[in-house]
Amino acid sequence: MIRHSLMLLLLAPAAVGAQAAFDRGKVPAMPPAPKLVLPAVATSRLANGIALQVVTQREVPLVQVSLAVAGGSRLDGAEPGLASFTARMLTESAGGKDVNALQNELAFLGATLNASASWDGFYVSLNVPKRSLGAALDLMADVVQRPAFSSADVRRQKSLRAAGILQRRDQPNALATLAYNSLLFPAGHPYHNPVDGDSASTARLDSASLRRFYERTFTPTRAKFMVAGDISAAEATQLLGARFGSWAAAGTPLPIAPVSAQPVANNTVKVFLVDKPGAAQSVISIGGPGVPRSSPDYAALVVMNTLLGESFSSRLNSNLRETKGYTYGIGSRFGWSPVPGAFRIASGVRTDVTDSSLVEIFKELRLIQSAPVDATELARAKAYVALGIPGNFETNGQIVAQLVELDTFGLPLSSVSQFITRVNAVTATDVQRVAKKYLPTDRATVVVVGDLSKIRAGIDALKLGTSTVLDVTSIAK
Amino acid sequence: MLAALVCLPVLAQAQQAAPLRVPYTLDSLPNGLTLIVHEDHSVPIVTTNVWFHVGSGDEKRGRTGFAHLFEHLMFMGSEHAAYPQFDRLLEAAGANNNGSTTEDRTNYYEAGPASSLRLMLWLEADRMGWLLPTMDAPKVDLQRDVVKNERRQSYENQPYGMVGDIAPPLMYPAGHPYSWTVIGSMADLSAASVDDVKDFFRRYYAPNNATIVVAGDVNTDSVRAIVREYFSEIPRGPAIERPTPAPFTVRDTAVTLEDRVQLARLYLNWHTVKATHADAPALQLAAYVLAGARTSRLTQALVYDAEIATGVQAYNDGKRLDGDFSVVATARPGLGLDTLQRVIDRNLQRLASDGPTARELEQARNVIEAVFLRSIQTVSGKADQLNEYYYQSGNPDGFQEDLDRLRSVTIADIQRVVRTYLQAPRVMISVVPQGKQTLAATKQQVTP
Repeated sequence: MIRHSLMLLLLAPAAVGAQAAFDRGKVPAMPPAPKLVLPAVATSRLANGIALQVVTQREVPLVQVSLAVAGGSRLDGAEPGLASFTARMLTESAGGKDVNALQNELAFLGATLNASASWDGFYVSLNVPKRSLGAALDLMADVVQRPAFSSADVRRQKSLRAAGILQRRDQPNALATLAYNSLLFPAGHPYHNPVDGDSASTARLDSASLRRFYERTFTPTRAKFMVAGDISAAEATQLLGARFGSWAAAGTPLPIAPVSAQPVANNTVKVFLVDKPGAAQSVISIGGPGVPRSSPDYAALVVMNTLLGESFSSRLNSNLRETKGYTYGIGSRFGWSPVPGAFRIASGVRTDVTDSSLVEIFKELRLIQSAPVDATELARAKAYVALGIPGNFETNGQIVAQLVELDTFGLPLSSVSQFITRVNAVTATDVQRVAKKYLPTDRATVVVVGDLSKIRAGIDALKLGTSTVLDVTSIAK
Repeated sequence: MLAALVCLPVLAQAQQAAPLRVPYTLDSLPNGLTLIVHEDHSVPIVTTNVWFHVGSGDEKRGRTGFAHLFEHLMFMGSEHAAYPQFDRLLEAAGANNNGSTTEDRTNYYEAGPASSLRLMLWLEADRMGWLLPTMDAPKVDLQRDVVKNERRQSYENQPYGMVGDIAPPLMYPAGHPYSWTVIGSMADLSAASVDDVKDFFRRYYAPNNATIVVAGDVNTDSVRAIVREYFSEIPRGPAIERPTPAPFTVRDTAVTLEDRVQLARLYLNWHTVKATHADAPALQLAAYVLAGARTSRLTQALVYDAEIATGVQAYNDGKRLDGDFSVVATARPGLGLDTLQRVIDRNLQRLASDGPTARELEQARNVIEAVFLRSIQTVSGKADQLNEYYYQSGNPDGFQEDLDRLRSVTIADIQRVVRTYLQAPRVMISVVPQGKQTLAATKQQVTP
């Protein structure tokens, strides 16, 4: 039987009562935005010291359990891709079950279980309906603590990874990213190589080296659980304690050494070109070194970047998409990871306006540095950042992602309120100051992936800086 | 119908899951506008989601891509909210917005703090009723360029991208509403004029062809009052006549595309049924049994047993008038596509003759239930789905019914739909690296 509230009403258009007539010509008055209410986070520890954060929300009977282990791809050392492949192999055979049995059981429970690595950490994430949480956590415990790294599994996944690496040569966005990172971050800096490695490093992967790496990186002393969903803190502590409370380190942890290598600091603009014959668009990347998130300028930079290229009304998008029609979209980003990433402007533009697009991008970089933003634009960017934050706390996955990200920087959830206060205090002077200090206008690294037979002459005529052609096989190795 | 599949936990013997319910109220204004309101006070946000019941399937030949181009123009300002105020006002209120076009409908949505509700509804009313006074040729020219870039980004500049362009005219006969892409051809986009835009607006962008869903931290009576106040003045538009296309049988076809790709890829496409057809749920489950998980039939056979593919997907696309089913498999380096074709056909025949096991079917059902749970986590997700169910059946809260239909599919149903729909005839597209025509698949005799 279907029980739902269905009421069919015919609404008459006639106004009733002594209200003011609606004036369509005015933006409607709105109540003040709701005050930010951050979810309540319960904290506890398992017997072996692993910290646990739990947010209870019971609207939907689902639970997300994420394990974050500090480390990640910055521990690759001489073997690019080692961390990400080790993580990938966790969800193959484990706990005495072969991979098919394990994957079948997970699917039967309605669970998704993924393991991955980023530059800063390893993540094992489980999403499952509440009813099957216990059984799914048993499998999560197996993959985290008892992965098999069987040679059959390793061989198969190596082969698939190698095919994926080969396909990067066809993908203009992948080529742009690979080239940009390898140019901006020198050899020896963790970001010089892609997280997934290259074909040579992939060929060297084997069970023994994966197990050695796993034993020295998946250590409970670096692990934390973040949980959100239809579960109480007490229940989460009990369920996780029973399965992970005795987890002990298998080897001496690899030290997470500070990164001494610095991004490349140009003193002029440098242009790098990658040929993609017949390309209908050119994929452009422009930027330079990023900024540490701990910088006192963080809030001002977030506001400045929102204005420059991280909103639909941003300077870059308003110009290159909405005025000129050169692109379907353009954006700018700062890489805020603990080892600072890059600042990068990225876009795919019509081939025959590649040179004009470069002109407009540099124009916008100069403009935001040379003229203070007006009050309306500033207020809009601040509101967009500050008032959009509640929307990031709707699903279990979103909440866990916020907790994981903040934890990467050693920040509690309450720091979000302080961030909003700082955003609201940013002035036009602040925006101009950080734009001048951090935007790499006169020393940018520029990468263009496109049909050089059509675009090269126009780019060279701009005389932006030195120009070098890169070979696709040297970028997508 | 929900297209994505998600995992659901197994039901304990004695337990029964509480039925999925998304409570709502439904109102109709005299001008034909339908309003659906769903309250959800868990987070202080609100979403407004408007569906116009028009899509690329309503276009005429020579003007393909028009519904989508028109969607872009809806953001170009209206009489009381001149361009570029639409995006700027919403950002200043902390809200996001976007839209999308399919063959059957065009949707527009905003999501933001609960305080931004009146702004959202004011903007939607203004472009529903007052778009044309500010529409001019420069705006059409600009968005034409933006859409052409969107096309380049998705088709011309993507490996395998042009398959999306050649498949519709192979799958559907000339003149059929689904025989062209939603994005349209470059030539037709170039031909669109301001007068075309105005005609299209008058015909399709009327309140009697629209449904609004408001979902989130709202008060239903307040929402009704605001919508009445803002939208009642907009006059009803003409009744829309939509001829039903004639039935057809797809022609068995094999084509080859050379592209700048490292790996050859095989696309197999069959003509199936519309989203509301009785066989649609079984086809959706068949897609999962074939390639939805690591241990699915084709994934195991192609990627892990024979190791001749790097990946395989299967998908049933049930649209409003009709549907199609595709299997897409990417070959390992240097391998030809006939090998993949043979293994796929062998597995389809096995699925037809033996069916899935009871365990496989139960697993598929559990996965689907979990997908449903995940789909109701966000007000935006619920709002769009309420609109979709309403358009399909007149019942916005179709979640439990949809789930029940999927759960009632039997082993015999899956066998039957594989036999009926996934044999011959079919459209086969081989994408091969340049100069490697020999890797293309050749037409096989497919024995039912």
